[in-house]
Amino acid sequence: MKRISTPISEAVIRDLQVGDEVLLSGQMVLSRDMGHKYLVEKKPDWLKPILAESVIYHCGPVVAHHEDGHWSFVSAGPTTSSREEPYQADVLETYNVRGVIGKGGMGKKTSDALGKVGACYFHATGGAGALLAERVKRVVDVKMLEEFGSPEAFWIIEVEDFPLVVTMDSHGGSLHEVVAAASQARAKELMAQK
Amino acid sequence: MPACPMPELTPMATVEAKSVLPKGWTADLHHPKTLDLTLAVTELLRRSTSRMPQDILEALVTARNSEDEGSRAGNTLDTMLENIKLADDRVAALCQDTGTVIFWVRHPFGISQRRLKDQIRAAVREATSRSWLRPNCVASLSGKNPGNNMDPFGEGHPVIHFEEWEHPEVEVAVMQKGGGCENVGAQYRLPDVAIGAGRDLAGVRKCVIDAVTKAQGQGCAPGILGVAIGGDRVTGYEKSKEVIMRKLGTPNPDPKLDAFERKLTEELNTLGIGPMGYGGKTTALGVLVTEMFRHPASFFVSISYMCWSSRRNVLRLDAAGKPSFI
Repeated sequence: MKRISTPISEAVIRDLQVGDEVLLSGQMVLSRDMGHKYLVEKKPDWLKPILAESVIYHCGPVVAHHEDGHWSFVSAGPTTSSREEPYQADVLETYNVRGVIGKGGMGKKTSDALGKVGACYFHATGGAGALLAERVKRVVDVKMLEEFGSPEAFWIIEVEDFPLVVTMDSHGGSLHEVVAAASQARAKELMAQK
Repeated sequence: MPACPMPELTPMATVEAKSVLPKGWTADLHHPKTLDLTLAVTELLRRSTSRMPQDILEALVTARNSEDEGSRAGNTLDTMLENIKLADDRVAALCQDTGTVIFWVRHPFGISQRRLKDQIRAAVREATSRSWLRPNCVASLSGKNPGNNMDPFGEGHPVIHFEEWEHPEVEVAVMQKGGGCENVGAQYRLPDVAIGAGRDLAGVRKCVIDAVTKAQGQGCAPGILGVAIGGDRVTGYEKSKEVIMRKLGTPNPDPKLDAFERKLTEELNTLGIGPMGYGGKTTALGVLVTEMFRHPASFFVSISYMCWSSRRNVLRLDAAGKPSFI
């Protein structure tokens, strides 16, 4: 188990390989469908310092707004990443992001960008919303809450020991491709049986 | 890896103590005009969103104990089990995707569906304001989120199916169906040349293998497959969801389909997709099949994929209006 913290240097990322289990700490930014569309179409400058050498988490959390005005996370597991495939490579390159956290893996375009920028795809356990919310230590800020609604807003959070698996690394490796190929071969065998 | 003991959820006495229903509450089923199930359905949602059904918990423990020592699959199942304990303990949503909220209501003659619909919608709003449900209902084109889980047209969300039955009891069943797993559902029209599936059970088997292979880990494996054979395009998909309300481990009433379900579950677990698609021996927790009649020209196989976090619960009001939950 490797421990890493944001901001992450390129050297740390290049050292990570598919299959590595990682505990991530520090600040990260939540973004999903509306956020990625906005990042690519509007290219907002104000997010540049926040995203540089940081990590984007594909997540639409369940949040609680408390009477004193502060926010907390109730449940916050990953959402399916493949929906961001059209945008992710562009976002990684424009904002110099060091990692993406999500579930289900991503495609070739993103994989190429991971290699080019020096970034990793980290897989979180889908459905483990309560456990992952517990590792969120603080909600630092939230942007575009009114415009996007709470599941889609840019939540900026601080986490401690976020449990992740590297399933796509900066060297072109993808655990998703390996598992898909093996399972497709097995499915073919099963289909050939009566 | 030492065998994982069955995680213990909080005792029922604790669950009852946290109930939003006043102690001793009963529904007055004999006075339909004043009957109000809002609080009871709110309690139903509190339980469904935070407390995993026992049969799913047991299936996950069995899966965990079948995986290799120190494997990613075993570690991932441990994380899932830890999450189940935490969510129950804190009454927190098991998964942040609290799903499309789907109800099946069965009631005796004389109870107003219009009133029940208003009460169920009020309960969903209340559960959302308490952060038990995420505001998960948005306008399709603008993406605008009303923030309360209400489709203003009263049609899309929450989904409510009504049925009048001949019993004096009322039953409100709920399922929280996540978007990731909903996206990997599939409907096949047999014969399907691409996968070599004919109009028989062997053809149905190929559809399920194909759908699970295409889903990989995207539906949050290990999944539960709801399969409806027959019907039309709408009723087939509806039944493929409803069948997932059946507890894992309870036999299919049709012995032929029961044997089919068991064998197919074993076969799916040789695909090697594993928990979250990381590889492993557990790809499916179960297959649940139902057969419907169909138009002679159509043979649909409708498949709903339910994620491992199969959140469901049933509120039952007996003839005296006394509530119980599964």
